[in-house]
Amino acid sequence: MTKYIIRRLLQTIPVLLGVTILVFSLMHLVPGDPAQIVAGEGASEQTVENIRERLGLNEPIPVQYATFLGNALQGDLGSSIRSGRPVMDEIGARFWVTVELAFYATIVAVFLGLIAGIVSAVRHYTLADTSIMIVALFGLSMPNFWFGLLLIQWFAIGNWMPESLEFLKMRPSGWGDTWRQIVLPVLTLGTGGAAIIARMTRSSMLEVIGQDYIRTARAKGVSERLVTYRHALKNALIPVVTVVGLEFGGFLGGAVLTETIFAINGMGRLTIDAIRTRDFPIVQGTVLVISVLFVLVNLLVDISYRFLNKRIDLN
Amino acid sequence: MSEETVNSPVTAKKINPRLESYKQFWRRLGKNKAAVTGGVLIVLIIIMAFLGPWIITTFTDFRPNQTDLVNKLQGPSAAHWFGTDSYGRDIFTRVIFGTKLTLYVGFFSVFIGGVIGVVFGIVSGYYGGRIDTIIMRLMDVLLAFPGILLALAIVAVLGGSLTNVIIAVGIFSVPAFARVVRGSTLSVRKLEYIDAVRALGASDFRIIFKHILPNIMSPIIVQASLRIATAILTGAGLAFLGLGAQPPAPEWGAMLNEGRQYMFEAGHVALFPGLMIVLVVLAFNIFGDGVRDALDPKMKNN
Repeated sequence: MTKYIIRRLLQTIPVLLGVTILVFSLMHLVPGDPAQIVAGEGASEQTVENIRERLGLNEPIPVQYATFLGNALQGDLGSSIRSGRPVMDEIGARFWVTVELAFYATIVAVFLGLIAGIVSAVRHYTLADTSIMIVALFGLSMPNFWFGLLLIQWFAIGNWMPESLEFLKMRPSGWGDTWRQIVLPVLTLGTGGAAIIARMTRSSMLEVIGQDYIRTARAKGVSERLVTYRHALKNALIPVVTVVGLEFGGFLGGAVLTETIFAINGMGRLTIDAIRTRDFPIVQGTVLVISVLFVLVNLLVDISYRFLNKRIDLN
Repeated sequence: MSEETVNSPVTAKKINPRLESYKQFWRRLGKNKAAVTGGVLIVLIIIMAFLGPWIITTFTDFRPNQTDLVNKLQGPSAAHWFGTDSYGRDIFTRVIFGTKLTLYVGFFSVFIGGVIGVVFGIVSGYYGGRIDTIIMRLMDVLLAFPGILLALAIVAVLGGSLTNVIIAVGIFSVPAFARVVRGSTLSVRKLEYIDAVRALGASDFRIIFKHILPNIMSPIIVQASLRIATAILTGAGLAFLGLGAQPPAPEWGAMLNEGRQYMFEAGHVALFPGLMIVLVVLAFNIFGDGVRDALDPKMKNN
């Protein structure tokens, strides 16, 4: 196992390096002169030249990348063009806002998805199964930002939980104080994932239920309940675990849209605002932080997957 | 038994194996209700996208960008089936004109991603070794940007426009194709007939295009139809963030964004473009599910 973990860690390194190269390239792929972008339109030639000097843009590209990587490893991602503050400070508290949002959304997705998937599998080819799968197909086909808008509308018209709409007032410090204030963003982000997990759980359960050892268990007279929950579910959940990790990561990315709709002050909104104002160091910073987090979460999921599924050859 | 019978040529009907498997493909697809439903829906949507604008401009006075501030934010009525937006533009007309844009994003981006992904996947799976490692690590890097983030970063660099959204979503789709195609290539490559053609002196190029590619078309088709659904959702998301087709283009995601400001007084502005996205994505998802069940019975859930 230790060997596997070490090998997996080593495999992660080139991926992370690749991520930094791509993120580094962002700034250089922008049409036009990066120094000019930093300086803003109408800046004097001298200012642009100074900035170019200060950012090391006169250096060869590999040297620039090495500097970027070295700084990033020390937690220095440069400074925002607009505010002049270090990118890391700008990300700071917003990091946890987004992680929290994605975390709760994952819980909602897993909870709803598992229940729906299990019910569907246990009662397969009944009305319940068909309805759940139709709802899941809709959940999969729905843009989540549109669903968020609908939720806002429904809650406003029905006057349900007025606190749930309070996020619409801009809150500089980020994020809700009670669960009621975060319920809509979490639902918005989590439902699409719930649909995916429901479909996955159903097919995984059905596959397991068809296997010999389940028939053996039944033949031995094990109760249907025990067969379903002890024997089938436990094994059916193994492939679902990997999806959960991917979902969490997807939610980190999807937070961009959800945070925009609900005016949540997280990394997603920071990214969008930065794209609009062409504040590329911030874009680089948030994209890098989110991707690195995603890679690490997947690493954890992979390792726990091996723990769960002992049949997989560890070497 | 006379000598004649022994020497007479085998008169069995000549069958073209490729044509047969093609026929079988359509037979199996035709039996799958989901695939047929999704397919019919897609055809209807395509007809609507290309015939709809022509019908509207020929037979009515509605134009997608024609403003009428007196009648702004009107709810659905006989005159305006889907109501009007904040400029008094007819939402039904705009939705119909926007269908084409949504399909462009879906088809072209998946085409770009598919072609690049298939090439990467086949080369990776066929040659293996170092080139395989390099390509697959590159795909891992692309997959390290979760969800919409990769497309978002690309559009951030290129600037917001419909073409750039197509490019961004295309690149975003590459790894999905590359992985599936690599896996299928690996399993086909090991089959005996590939060794046989190689022994006959076929070049790598010929083996790949004549003998491997036709045999891995099923997973590619499945991937493409499901991927179009994802691509449309991603493209709509980018447009919603203001990074897609620029106003006044009747792009559905952009229309949703415009409607966002009027959520409370005129909910219909955001309702209809959203419903249309659901409809189109649903059609491709149903079709993709059906095609997968029809082409790959092993993956069917029972």
